[in-house]
Amino acid sequence: MTAGTLISGQRGDGLALAATGSWTAEHARTLEPMVDAVTRQKASVRSVAIDVARIDRIDSYGAWLLERALRTWSSQGCETRIVGLSEDYRGLFEKIRAGTHKLTPEPRRPNPIVATFESVGKTMTLVGEDLALLVQMLGALIVAFLRVLVRPYTFRFTSMVNHLERVGWNAVPIILMITLLIGAILAQQGIFHFRTFGADIYVVDMVGVLVLREIGVVIVCIMVAGRSGSAYTAELGSMKMREEIDALRTMGFDPVEVLILPRILALVIAVPILTFLGSMAALYGGGLVSWLYGGISPTIFMNRLHDAVSVQSFEVGMIKAPFMAVIIGLVACVEGLQVKGSAESLGTKTTDSVVKSIFLVIVLDGAFAVFFASIGI
Amino acid sequence: MVPAPNSEVIKVRDLIVDFEAHRVLNGVNVDLYRGEILGFVGASGAGKSTLARTIIGLLPKRAGRIEVLGVDIDRASHEQKRAIDRRWGVLFQQGALFSSLTVGKNIEFPIREYLRLSDRLITEMAVAKLEMVGLSPDVYREYPSELSGGMIKRAALARALALDPEILFLDEPTSGLDPISAGEFDQLILTLQQTLGISVLMVTHDLDSLHRVCDRIAVLGDGKIILAGTMDKMLESKHPWLMSYFHGDRAHADWHVRVKG
Repeated sequence: MTAGTLISGQRGDGLALAATGSWTAEHARTLEPMVDAVTRQKASVRSVAIDVARIDRIDSYGAWLLERALRTWSSQGCETRIVGLSEDYRGLFEKIRAGTHKLTPEPRRPNPIVATFESVGKTMTLVGEDLALLVQMLGALIVAFLRVLVRPYTFRFTSMVNHLERVGWNAVPIILMITLLIGAILAQQGIFHFRTFGADIYVVDMVGVLVLREIGVVIVCIMVAGRSGSAYTAELGSMKMREEIDALRTMGFDPVEVLILPRILALVIAVPILTFLGSMAALYGGGLVSWLYGGISPTIFMNRLHDAVSVQSFEVGMIKAPFMAVIIGLVACVEGLQVKGSAESLGTKTTDSVVKSIFLVIVLDGAFAVFFASIGI
Repeated sequence: MVPAPNSEVIKVRDLIVDFEAHRVLNGVNVDLYRGEILGFVGASGAGKSTLARTIIGLLPKRAGRIEVLGVDIDRASHEQKRAIDRRWGVLFQQGALFSSLTVGKNIEFPIREYLRLSDRLITEMAVAKLEMVGLSPDVYREYPSELSGGMIKRAALARALALDPEILFLDEPTSGLDPISAGEFDQLILTLQQTLGISVLMVTHDLDSLHRVCDRIAVLGDGKIILAGTMDKMLESKHPWLMSYFHGDRAHADWHVRVKG
């Protein structure tokens, strides 16, 4: 079908235009400049009539282009009308004529400097609110825990075992693999650099102390935050979205006691075990690389390790694990309960949960380092 | 050009659709005529949405033939399919507005993709579509998450109408709306269909909207079309499911009066 045309003719001091052909969306690209050209050329006329009787097809695009031209002329004090409008298209033209087609001017943007300060301020209050929520959740958790201690039969043991399987047992393979690799990489880097000044054997000290005190627990906690913390947030969030948590409340149950306590207790049990397994795997990986790459035989490695690390290093690492578990669990549950109705908020809260819990794990690790240094361990 | 009356814009023949081992549609024959509003009804799970989604090409079919605007979808080239995509608009049940774009950009999206027009004309057309569906131009800058359910449906309808389609698919357009909004939406569909001359295929559960809007109704059951025809034909039918659907507690008394009287 051919694109529409606008044939112009003069009638007295008025302009008589005849539109023909197809005035549809697919031709709008050629129609627009043509209509604009006619509108611009014939600016100084007293009246304009557009004959639309010979149009084959027209849709809202064509109708608007004609209407727009008429409005331009009208605004210049010109009389305008449409002639030969068939019954089929009358409704369309009326609909188009009824619209303003004008966008209200955009609201003024605030000064960029002010906006930056504003967003920084808002973020700071959000951080404060987050902390308050975390403390609030910790309080609710302790209350729920005490209540369970008084009435142990109300504790959801089955639920906790289920979570223990998911966050503990099922996490073992991936934790072992990652920590083994980390231990191996530490040892390899150590040997590579220590060798230049003949201190290869100190690699055992480095791997032993680092893994047992810091790396083991931190890597495990980061893995758990990414794997289980996010799962907690997503589960609680989707329960919140489907009003399941409200349903629990209306039945007189405390969501903290029913949903959150078993989850966090499961983490508190699982994370130390995973930390222990992870540390052992990292030492094994370190030993393996020392042997194959550094030529330190397993016997020498074990002897050296025995001298280098004390049980205290191991304890320092292990004591941190349950605290880390609580932090991960708290953040995950707080974020989960903050999910609003939409799927987007579930996604952002899950991301927030992982980011915040990893951040807090590292902050807590730093706090522990300061603490242990000051008591001289 | 005046379109020939009663020509089919969509022709479905012997359509079979399986979901894994379960046969959902088993030999469906249905036509959508130019300029009519056809309503699909049927029990939940009868395959109304499946049929609509198969016609749009979102679901694969096992066998059968679907012709849209005279083109057999199976034999169509990529360009032909794209041309057909341009000539239909789909209103999804939840609106399916892109959440990362403002309402205005949502409506402009298909216009920008398919027609290379000046920015001014694109914006004017987007605003025109908003006004056509009864929304204020201010909605242009809002995000879908800021709108109410009824406004989302209207904005989504505006996007479906962006390219002035010849066929409009509506999936439960009035679900989730209060009766007043639903009534207004029905009226909107009716006026738009009349002014723009669109052929409409709607899946619905809303007896009021069937009654007020649809020219013809196709009833799906057991994977087939049980009956297709006008509302009067539905009310006269002695099919047990149709009897309970159209004469049940939720059907309005005045319809029966109309048929009997």
